[in-house]
Amino acid sequence: MAEDSPKADDAAQASEAAPVAAQVREAAQADDAAQASDAAPADEVAHVEFEGVSKSYDGIQQVVRGLDLSVRRGEFLTLLGPSGSGKTTCLMMLAGFEAPSAGTIRIDGRAVQDLPPRKRNIGMVFQNYALFPHMTVGANLSFPLEVRGLDEAERAERVQRALALVRLEGFEGRRPGELSGGQQQRVAIARALVFEPNLVLMDEPLGALDRRLREEMQYEILRIQRTLDITVVYVTHDQQEAMVMSNRVAVFNQGRIQQIAPPEALYEEPERPFVATFIGENNLLHGRLAAIDGNICQVDTGDGLVQAYRVTSGQPGDPVTVAVRPERVGLAAKAGHFSNEFDARIENMAFLGDHLRLRASVCGSDSFMIKIPNIVGHGPVLKGDRVRIGWATMDCRALDLDEEHA
Amino acid sequence: MFTFLIAPILVIVPLSFNAEPYFTFTEGMLRLDPDAYSLRWYETVAGDAEWRRALLNSLVIGFSAMALATALGTLAALGLSHPAMPGRPLVMGLLLSPMVTPIIISAAGMFFFYSDIGLAQTHLGLILAHAALGAPFVVITVTATLAGFDRNLTRAAASLGAGPWRSFRRVQLPLIAPGVASGALFAFATSFDEVVAVLFMGGLEQRTIPREMWAGIREEISPAILAVATFLIVFSLLFMGAVQWLRGRSAQAG
Repeated sequence: MAEDSPKADDAAQASEAAPVAAQVREAAQADDAAQASDAAPADEVAHVEFEGVSKSYDGIQQVVRGLDLSVRRGEFLTLLGPSGSGKTTCLMMLAGFEAPSAGTIRIDGRAVQDLPPRKRNIGMVFQNYALFPHMTVGANLSFPLEVRGLDEAERAERVQRALALVRLEGFEGRRPGELSGGQQQRVAIARALVFEPNLVLMDEPLGALDRRLREEMQYEILRIQRTLDITVVYVTHDQQEAMVMSNRVAVFNQGRIQQIAPPEALYEEPERPFVATFIGENNLLHGRLAAIDGNICQVDTGDGLVQAYRVTSGQPGDPVTVAVRPERVGLAAKAGHFSNEFDARIENMAFLGDHLRLRASVCGSDSFMIKIPNIVGHGPVLKGDRVRIGWATMDCRALDLDEEHA
Repeated sequence: MFTFLIAPILVIVPLSFNAEPYFTFTEGMLRLDPDAYSLRWYETVAGDAEWRRALLNSLVIGFSAMALATALGTLAALGLSHPAMPGRPLVMGLLLSPMVTPIIISAAGMFFFYSDIGLAQTHLGLILAHAALGAPFVVITVTATLAGFDRNLTRAAASLGAGPWRSFRRVQLPLIAPGVASGALFAFATSFDEVVAVLFMGGLEQRTIPREMWAGIREEISPAILAVATFLIVFSLLFMGAVQWLRGRSAQAG
C-alpha cells in the first residue's frame, strides 16, 4: 500500500493539471455561448470601443484605417496579424501612447483620446516585460500602489496577493535580472494586475519565450483572466496562440480588421481570402462567378465549374476566389461521391506519418494541396498519377477578392 | 612620443619636493639625499591666503558650474532624445558649439556681453561661463546613456499611473545616473582647470587655482606652483578613476 502512494500522488497531480486547462476552456466556451445568445443588447455599454479610428504617422500612409471594434466586458480579444498590419498601433492608441489621427476610442462609454496613459487605469504587459531593472520584484509591484497613495501594509498585502496569483511567492526580494524569462513574464503580469484594473492589454507578451514555456503561460494567462474576470486585449502574430486563448480574434491586415470572430468561426467560415490563408492552410482557386442560387453559387475557374458556398456579394461575371481546406479534399472512390469532382494530376507526394500531403494540378492551380489521413487503405499515390478528387459544396467558400487585388 | 607628452608632467612631481627655490634638480636631489627634499612649498601653498582663496574660488565656481551644467545638460539631453523633438541636429549642434569654438573666442565674447550686463568680475558670471563650457559634456554623456534606455520603461511607469516627474525620478534618473554623474565630473573638471575665461572675466576676487598658477609663473617663479601642480595631477588621477568606475557601473546596468 505504502509503495503505491507516490504513484497515486503522481496520478492525482496529472489529473489535477489536465482539468485546469479543460475547465478554463469550458468556461471560455460557456462565455462564448452566453455572449452569442444575448447578441449584444443595446443597453450594454461595450468595455472598449473603437469608432472610425485612423492613424497615420506621416499624414500619407495610413497605419490603421477606419477601424471599428468593440470589446465586451470580460472578453479575451486577440488582435492577430502580420507585422505592420496595425495591431500594435491599435493597442498603443488604446493604452494612450499614440493618439489616433481620426475617430473615437471609448472605455466604459467614455471618450479617452485626451486622457494621458496614467489616467486610463489600464494594466499593460509589454513585449520585453519593461520591468524596472533597478528595483526588486516587490518594489516593481509596489510602484503602482505607491502612485495611488496606498499605505505600506495595504501595499505589502496586495503585492503578496499578486505574487501568489502568478505563483511567485517569495520572489519579492529578487531583482528582474536574476529571474528567468518566464519568471520575468509572470512578474510583468503581476505588476499589470496588482492595482486591480479591469482592462489589461498585452503586447506579444510571450514572444521571447521558448515554445514549451509559451504554451504553459498561455494557460496561465487564461486562468488568471478567468479568475479575475477581467477584459484582455491581446496582440500576437502567432495564430495558434490566438486560437488557444481568445474568445474572439480580430484578424488585421494593412491597417484594417479583415474579420472578427471566435477562433472556430474564423477557421470554418473565413470571409476573405486573407483570413482563409492566414488562419490555417487553404487552397485558393481563382475564377468568375457563373451563377447564383441562394447560398450556393457556381464559379468558373476556366478549367472546370466549382459549386461553392456563397460568401461573395458579387454578381455573375465578377471575379471571386474559392477557398478549400486541404483536409476537406478526398480521393473519389466512386463517381458522384462529391458535389465537386475533378481529374487532378499529382505533382508531388509526401508521407508525413499520420497523413499524406499531395500537391496536385486542378482547376487552373498547380499547387493545390490535399491532406489525406493515413487511416483508410488506399492504393499508393505516386507523382504523375492522375486521380479523381473531390470535395463537398459546403467545404468550399466563394469569397470576394482581397482589397489590394480589387 | 610618450616621453614628450608624459615626461614634463612626471618631472614636476619630484621637483615639487625641492628644498631649494629652483625649478631644476639640485645635486643633492640627484644623490637622493633626504635633506635635498622637503615639503616647504606645500607648506607655503597651504599657508598662503591667496592660494587658499584660489582653492575656495575654484571649488565654489567649479561645483556651482557643475550643478548648473548638469541640470541643464540633462534636461537638454532628455528633450533631445524625445522622438517628437523637431530640429534635433540643429539644437544639438548649438548646444555642443562651446566645445568646438576656440575658447579664446567664447571668452572674449562673453567678456563683452557680461561687461555690458554687469556680470563681469563676479562669481556668478564665471559660474555661468563655466556652466556653458561644461554643459556639452553632460549633454553627450547623458545622450549616450539614454541611447541604451528602454523607452518602454517610461511607458510602463505611465501605464502604472505615474506622472512625468515621478516616472523621471523613480525610473529614468536612477537608470541614467552613471551618465549624469560622469557628465557632472567632466563639467566640474572643465571649470576646475579653465583659465582663459577666468583671465577675461575674473577680477582679483575671482582668482581660481589655474589663474593663480598663471600669475605665479609670470610674476614670481616659485616651486610653490609645482606643489599645486602635483596636487592637481593627483586630483586628475582620482577624477579619471571615478569616471572609469562610473563607466563600469553603467556597463553593468546596460
